[in-house]
Parts: sequence; C-alpha cells; structure tokens
Amino acid sequence: MKPPKQNLISRIGHSVIDSIWIMGVATRFLMQVLWRSGTSWRRFGLIIREIYASGVLSLVIIIVSGLFVGMVLGLQGYQTLQTYGSEQALGVLVALSLVRELGPVVAALLFASRAGSAITAEIGLMKTTEQLKAMEMMAVDPIARVIAPRFWGGVISMPLLAAIFSIVGVFGGYLVGVVLIGVDEGSFWSQMQAAVDVREDVLNGVIKSVVFGFTITAIALFEGFDAMPTAEGISRATTRTVVTSSLAILALDFILTAFMFRGV
Amino acid sequence: MSTENLIEIRDVSFAYRDRPVLKGINLTAPRGKVIAIMGGSGCGKTTLLRLIGGQLRPTQGEVRVDGQVIHQLGVDALYQMRRKMGMLFQFGALFTDMTVFDNVAFQMREHTNLSEAMIHDLVLMKLQAVGLRGAQGLMPHELSGGMARRVALARAVALDPMLIMYDEPFTGLDPISLGVIGNLIRRLTDALGLTSILVTHDVHESLEIVDYVYFISNGVVEAEGTPAEIRASKLPFVHQFVYAEEDGPVPFHYPAPDYAADLGLGSDR
Ligand SMILES: Nc1ncnc2c1ncn2[C@@H]1O[C@H](COP(=O)(O)OP(=O)(O)O)[C@@H](O)[C@H]1O
Ligand SMILES: [Mg+2]
Repeated sequence: MKPPKQNLISRIGHSVIDSIWIMGVATRFLMQVLWRSGTSWRRFGLIIREIYASGVLSLVIIIVSGLFVGMVLGLQGYQTLQTYGSEQALGVLVALSLVRELGPVVAALLFASRAGSAITAEIGLMKTTEQLKAMEMMAVDPIARVIAPRFWGGVISMPLLAAIFSIVGVFGGYLVGVVLIGVDEGSFWSQMQAAVDVREDVLNGVIKSVVFGFTITAIALFEGFDAMPTAEGISRATTRTVVTSSLAILALDFILTAFMFRGV
Repeated sequence: MSTENLIEIRDVSFAYRDRPVLKGINLTAPRGKVIAIMGGSGCGKTTLLRLIGGQLRPTQGEVRVDGQVIHQLGVDALYQMRRKMGMLFQFGALFTDMTVFDNVAFQMREHTNLSEAMIHDLVLMKLQAVGLRGAQGLMPHELSGGMARRVALARAVALDPMLIMYDEPFTGLDPISLGVIGNLIRRLTDALGLTSILVTHDVHESLEIVDYVYFISNGVVEAEGTPAEIRASKLPFVHQFVYAEEDGPVPFHYPAPDYAADLGLGSDR
C-alpha cells in the first residue's frame, strides 16, 4: 500500500494536534504523580534512595564542572575588570554570576543529561520488561511506588546540586583570582559579602533551581513512562528527555529572570 | 462466597480501539485445577489474562473471579482482589533494581505488617520451594532464564494467592528448565491448593501437567477438553497445533493485500 499523500498544511495540522495531545497526556500524568505522592512522603526512605540515585551520583560531574566554570569566570572576569582598575570586585562578579545564573542553569543542564536520561532509561526499561505491569498485578500502584519517589528525589536534589555547583565555582574563582593571579584576598571576600543579597540573589537562584528540578524530573519520568516498549523506543525517549529538558531550562530561565529582574 | 469455579468467563469480547481480539469467549476454571489456554501468537491469550486481572475491561460479557465480576469492582476492591492473584510474566518481569530476596519479599513488605525476621523466614521458604534459596543475594541480571522464571514463581506465590496466571512460562527455556518449571507449576498448585491458568504454546509439556485445555482461535474457544481428549482430537485445528504443522486452519500469513498487487504486478501503475 502506498502511503497516503498529505499536503503540507494537513501535516502541520496533525503535528500541532499531536503535540497538544501529548501535552495533555503529560499534564494528566504529572497530576497523577502529585496526587499519589502520599506513599513516598510517608515512607521517606523511598525518596532518600532516589536522592542518592539522582543526586549523589551526579555529585562528581557537578563538582568538576563547577570548579572549571568558576576558574574560567575568574580568568575572564579578571581580564575585563582590570581594564577598569576594579579587579577587587572579582569576587562579586564570580559569586553573582554563579548564584544568579550559572549555578542553577548549568547544574540543571548537567542534571538533565546525567540524572534525567538515567531516569528515563530506567523507567523505560521497567516498562519494556513488564515490571510496571507486574507491580500493578501485585496490587501496588507503580505511580505511587516507582514514579513519585523519583520525582521528589529529583526535585529535592536539584537545588542542592545547584548550591554545591555555586560554592565550588566560587572556590574555583578564588583559586584563579586570589591564589594564582594575586587579587587581594580581603577585598575578594568582603566585597562579595557586601554585594550578594540573600533574598535578591540567593533565594531567586534557589527558586530557579527548584523549578528546573521539577521540570527536568517530570519530563524524564514522563518520557520513560510514555516510551515505546522497545530498545529503540527507550533510546529515543532518552534523547528526547535531554533535548526537551535542556530547551525547557533555557526558556524557563529567561522567563524567571524577566520576572525577577528589577530595572532600577 | 465459595463457588465451585474460581474463574467464570461468560461471552467476553474485547477490542483494542476498533480491532476486535476476543469475540465471545466462554471459559471456566474450577478450583484446584491447572487450566491451559493455547492458541497462536497474537490470538489474544495475554489479553485474556489481563481481563482476568482487571487491567482491561471487556467490551461485552463478564469475567467473574471468586464470584465477583471484575470490571464492576472499584479501585480498592480490585486491588484487594489482585492481592489474591499471582501472575508470572513471560520473561519473569523481576524488579531489576532489587535482589532475588527483595523481589520475593516485595509484596510482603508492601501489603503486610510482618516483621523483617518473619519476612526473612517466609522468603527463604518460598525460595526453597523453587530450589533457589542459595540465590537469594543475586541480582536478576545474574540469573539464567530458567532461574529468573523460578524466582518470579516464588514471588507470585509470596502472599499465598488463590490464583496464579502464567503467561508463556516456557518461552526460551532449555528442555531441562522447561520440565522443572512445568513440574513446579503442578506441584505448587497441588501443594498450596491454588488454581492455575497456564497460557502456553508448548503443547507437549503442558499436556503432561494440566487438567483441562482451551484452544483459542479467531477470538473464540475453538476446542476444549482434557489432555487425553485433545491428543485424540480429529479437529483439524487441534491437529495442526498438537503436531506443529505450519499451515492449516491457522494460516501461515498475516492478513495482507493480494501479493501480486502489492508487488505492483498486474495493476495500472
Ligand atoms: N496495547 C495494545 N494495543 C493495541 N493492540 C494490541 C495491544 N496489545 C496487544 N494487541 C494486539 O492484540 C492481539 C492479541 O494480543 P495478545 O493478547 O498479546 O496475544 P497473545 O498473547 O495471544 O500472543 C495482537 O494482535 C496484538 O497485536
Ligand atoms: Mg502473549
């Protein structure tokens, strides 16, 4: 049978309808996860396990990347600042860049590719090998027992990882700026302390990373749960998790920054 | 409520979207018996098991388990009912992130308040029954196909269900493991007073151990009988199946448009 010919307009129409459909399904899935989260909060050990799986196992990549990003910031920042003779402000530049932007965003991108892809692959495999159906037949709700703990594990891990990223990054900036180049240590720290505002900067950074954690984990779980139960289906779902959540992070970052921005 | 038949399936039809799979199935499973359901791949055997387990709703007819109509149960009652059912999936479906021990203990931990000491003893008893007490610390990927099936069996009987459904438990096993699983199914059914429903392609192994056989074809029960009756059957369909002939009433080809037309021969373009 020859495939039916479709014109461009009807193809576009179909893909729009498909994506709206998928968004509806995904939203319903997310609602179910939230609704059935009681079990995981009552048995907090389930969430701890997932914090270990997605959070602790992401630590190495977060720490190494944070250190390098901080060191690069130190180099670049020093170069720019010294032209204006204000290299003592290096600490401020490094800390603000990290706490406001790079910490939440870069940590989230790393989290999406390290933990998000792992979650999708794991759930997809559990579906493919009928583990989720088996659980249902044992009168255990897979959404409550498997999905929800992973969701909260991701939501809790993400801000902690972003914080660690920022802290290590500041240390990297210190290494390059103070230890290597010789910026005055006292002004590096004191200016940083004076300029970084807990509510304006730190809290907003934390809000961002909580939103990112929520988004990445939800996307990863949905893609795994929705994957076609074949090897190819899992590999496609894993790719989609990384691509979709990376785009979502960047778009959400813009929106959140716009809301937090004070033009004075 | 203790009816004589644990399972009664009356005139059940089912379709995936608009694709009919079952078209009026009648089937009963008396308590304490091993019932076999046979039929070609894709004839709807797994679908039938999922109807019994309440994972699907029939479009027509009803499935009764222990006197209750499955699709009329609410969520809680259905989950309550499922605690009394065990299901062995085709490749075991063991939880890959848990040890053998934890797999068998899973339902005890989820559904009971037994102490860990008690669970420990119960799990070892279940594993002993399938001969794998020594494998309690292994992960599922360290098991052979036959061992995984046996662990899944131990897990399925963990809460002493009244019914176990086996979905093609023999697939991909060597002849020795196949015999072991077959005998285990019979032994467990008799020892624990269960009822078993065995979906299988493996005619010879299953005719040895079952009490009654249903053949499904084209969405209906095409033939049924005791193993002796099945062996003696003159029905072409049953004969094809028992003697593994390639083409017969069960066609070799999946329904397709005319071959010549499909190749573009003899048509206009
Ligand atoms: N989730 C599904 N959606 C649509 N069609 C399905 C689905 N599951 C199975 N089918 C179709 O229903 C038919 C019966 O499937 P199944 O019960 O798995 O057969 P069996 O277990 O006897 O091999 C098959 O033709 C299969 O393609
Ligand atoms: Mg099947």
